[in-house]
Amino acid sequence: MSMDLEKLHDMLRKTQEPKGYFFSKDKSRVMELLEGLVKNKERYGYMACPCRLASGNREKDRDILCPCIYREPDVAEFGSCYCNLYVSKDWNEGKIPEVYVPERRPVEKMF
Amino acid sequence: MKDGMDKAPEVILYSLSTCGHCKSTKRLLGACSVEYRFTDVDLLDQEERVLILEELRALNPRCSFPTIVINDKVIVGYREEEIREALGL
Repeated sequence: MSMDLEKLHDMLRKTQEPKGYFFSKDKSRVMELLEGLVKNKERYGYMACPCRLASGNREKDRDILCPCIYREPDVAEFGSCYCNLYVSKDWNEGKIPEVYVPERRPVEKMF
Repeated sequence: MKDGMDKAPEVILYSLSTCGHCKSTKRLLGACSVEYRFTDVDLLDQEERVLILEELRALNPRCSFPTIVINDKVIVGYREEEIREALGL
């Protein structure tokens, strides 16, 4: 399991860093979240955001497939995605204050 | 504890089993030796989910996790300072 998580970590890092999205420097938090992603993949068949309640319907959860569609505006505005999984370089370097990222997903999506 | 908080606070947590902020909240409450009730909503069956989401929506219209209720105060998200303050710590 931990081996798989390391692999997932390295694979995602390689694809996301060139796009300007970095894993948080808090590696234990990152691994915890990746574990959640793997868990959701096992449960639902897709990697739904671990910080949101997935419905089990992939179409319905399209917006919260990690990386979610809210990552871009959240990292642009706050320097971090909702989960603190993906952050900007500035966030990791402590150049911007670490604020708690509020939920951007419209609640209607859950019902 | 602050004056007037002679009774242990009632703490209820709405959480997800996979969520990092929820885990941080549980760790904080554990580290503060606070007794609390929690529900990992993602682990409930559909029927139970509907009921608890209705309850949660009344407390936090965004239905996001974690939502922490300390006595009558509702805290949305892992906001350590606010949680400590509401606990009187």
